[in-house]
Amino acid sequence: MIERVTIQTQDFDISAEIADLRRKDGRVGAVCSFVGTVRDRNQTSAPSTGVSSPHPVAAVSPGGGSTAKAAVLSMELEHYPGMTEKSIEAMIDAAHQRFDIFGARVIHRVGLLQPLDQIVMVAVTSAHRGESFRACEFLMDYLKTQAPFWKKEETPEGAQWVDARVSDDAALARWGIGAANA
Amino acid sequence: MRVKLRYFASIREDLGQGSETVDTNAPTLFALRDELVSRGAGYAESLARGRAVRVALNQVMADESAVLTEGAEVGFFPPVTGG
Repeated sequence: MIERVTIQTQDFDISAEIADLRRKDGRVGAVCSFVGTVRDRNQTSAPSTGVSSPHPVAAVSPGGGSTAKAAVLSMELEHYPGMTEKSIEAMIDAAHQRFDIFGARVIHRVGLLQPLDQIVMVAVTSAHRGESFRACEFLMDYLKTQAPFWKKEETPEGAQWVDARVSDDAALARWGIGAANA
Repeated sequence: MRVKLRYFASIREDLGQGSETVDTNAPTLFALRDELVSRGAGYAESLARGRAVRVALNQVMADESAVLTEGAEVGFFPPVTGG
């Protein structure tokens, strides 16, 4: 059994992680993965619009955004050691209960990151694609609103903590989980 | 009873510390937060009722109605922004 959750400062190699996840498992017919990376521009400074769209993309920037986006020079990621691992382990358990998947692997980086850097990776294996697609999105939606990480962006105007987004709560609500974060 | 408090992100910065141990008689997390707010100084602002503060009890996201017990670890932090 390979490790399911890793919090680390160093980068990760998704090819190697997927190879480990599906190694010698002839049942696997589908692997779905997601990688989150650091943008070089931040979101509009209006943290949330109150738009409870069922799809997270729709609520990102209505009307193209009224505030200018600032350049992001770097990003510092803080977490709650112990709780982070425990909470993501529980999310993977929940994914196994909901979806017919074989394995799941989550890696999340912390510390100082630069634009273009990889932040987070989720990979899931299943017999057919539907289950791993859904489980991968479920895990990311869950992680975004319930795992104790906090991002602080360094911009030309100074450092600022990133605001939580109502649209991320809406994304989790699609799975029938009503735990509000933002 | 004695409990351990952990602070993160903007709350940690506002309070100027990441953790502390306190003696309290607060029966719930709600009462504990009120007790901290009543200390004034940075607490009154960073944990004020109007602010979005999430609470974890023994490293699990918790509702403030959760009952506090001896030796518990309570985390106070702003809404999470990982991923």
